[in-house]
Amino acid sequence: MTRDNSIVVEKLVREFKKGPRAVDGIDLYVAPGEIYGFLGPNGAGKSTTVLMLTTLLPPTAGSARVGGYDVRTEGPKVRSVIGAALQEAALDPLLTGRDHLKLQTMLQAIPKAERKPRQEELLDRVGLTDAADRKVGGYSGGMKRRLDLALALVHRPTILFLDEPTTGLDPQSRTALWEEVARLAREDKVTVFLTTQYLEEADVLADRVGIIDNGKIVAEGTPTALKEEIGRPSIHVTPCREEDRQRIAELMKQYGEPLGSERELVVRLREGIGLVDVIRAMDADGVVVDDIELRAPTLDDVFLAKTGRTLEGAATGEDGASAR
Amino acid sequence: MSSPLLTQVGALAQRSIMRTARQPASAIPPLIFPVALLLMNSGGLKASTELPGFPTDSFFAFALAVPFIQGALFSTMNAGTDLARDIQTGFFSRLSLTPVRGSALLAGQITGIVVLGIVQAVFYISVGLLLGVRFASGPAGIALLLVYAALVAVGFGALGSFLALRTGSGESIQGLFPVLFVFLFISSMNTPRDLIAVPWFHFLASINPVSYLIECVRSLIITGWDARALALGFSIAIVLAILALIAASWALSRRMERT
Repeated sequence: MTRDNSIVVEKLVREFKKGPRAVDGIDLYVAPGEIYGFLGPNGAGKSTTVLMLTTLLPPTAGSARVGGYDVRTEGPKVRSVIGAALQEAALDPLLTGRDHLKLQTMLQAIPKAERKPRQEELLDRVGLTDAADRKVGGYSGGMKRRLDLALALVHRPTILFLDEPTTGLDPQSRTALWEEVARLAREDKVTVFLTTQYLEEADVLADRVGIIDNGKIVAEGTPTALKEEIGRPSIHVTPCREEDRQRIAELMKQYGEPLGSERELVVRLREGIGLVDVIRAMDADGVVVDDIELRAPTLDDVFLAKTGRTLEGAATGEDGASAR
Repeated sequence: MSSPLLTQVGALAQRSIMRTARQPASAIPPLIFPVALLLMNSGGLKASTELPGFPTDSFFAFALAVPFIQGALFSTMNAGTDLARDIQTGFFSRLSLTPVRGSALLAGQITGIVVLGIVQAVFYISVGLLLGVRFASGPAGIALLLVYAALVAVGFGALGSFLALRTGSGESIQGLFPVLFVFLFISSMNTPRDLIAVPWFHFLASINPVSYLIECVRSLIITGWDARALALGFSIAIVLAILALIAASWALSRRMERT
């Protein structure tokens, strides 16, 4: 029998009492074995979506099937096929890494004879064998995240939810985690639903990206397609003197479509216009700038084009949900 | 397939015990503090034994019953704080994602508290024996006392779990602790009820179930086999355990609102 490890979401809504619509009628499809990056600023609705898809939060409206099971009516079946590492590694500082795995293998009904080999295999896979008997309270952020991932994999899930798995990690730990996630999708054919606020993470890791803002999906596609949709490069200018800002903005407007940005002046260049044309015009006008840069489209540009804000500027606070 | 209930309960109880054992700062006070208070009170209130009708000439033996309930109150707070921390850190959500049953979660947590309750009871009994207390009910009474301690631990442990599940905050549990302690102070902990002369205090001590919980232990230590005291104590402990378990199960189902 072919296993169905897809995620199908239709018009999913979550409203909180006296709060905003944290998730506002989203539709999405994640194909089996795909890494889907769910990108958005804090408070956009990413974590609320994950909590609903992992059965920890009932949806207010809409439907979602995870691994072929309905998250509303088939919670236990959904939980049997998913693994999840939710925001903040949820670990007990007084237990060791091995204690955590032992507990998880018991609760996940792994047969007794297989528990110990499975624990050792996972410790080895996430590189924690040497630290297995140390209390988790002494682990670094990266070690905690790796243990969190190992715990999510104990029962060999076919779908993995990772909620901002690399937030707060150093670049080395981040890269190590990316490699493991990529390997899981590539070799084990695990479907990965990954939320992130890091553009680079979505760009490097995800086969497809959904961008969420204010509870709605504003763009979806492969990172390449999304960037191609934006198409032309943009010019980013930092004025030397604040009083020149308006003058430079007017000048730049002649060469492309202005884009909202809090700190820099940004225009998406029109067809046939190059950086040199803008520099010449500024030179001729006698304006002085601190910095001028030509940038190929990034996912941040996609976010900017779709919402009028940068991802960094859109960060408004914490997400509306918590893993109760 | 769901993990067998016993495996789940065993795993969670093991974790609960392990946590307690690895936190001497929270495991030792329930042992030491009640005994320290007992020793101080025994010195300070020794003259009470000269009151006409006082049931024993050893205030230490009379007051030895109190640590059993004090220790249970400490355990309530510790159990509640631990569970609240699990909720705050997301560990509870991790457990919710496993096939663990709500009943196993609660039973595992409370089993851990019961084990601690029995350890505490053994410690208090040992201190009593070392300091010369002769248990009027004999070895069988001591065995019954351990059963009683386990029963009281179930009730207080479930109460702590209920508070944690409702508030989700360790700070709130600690804030409620003094309220629970008030019940101890307005009980017959330091004076037999029929010797309390102040009418309002006598009334409050008489309607306070903690008085009867203490008197049940006390009867086994200084009286022997007092059917009335035992029946009252066990009945109250059983009712407390049932009510607290119902409340905790309800709070758990609300907190574990997975689909």
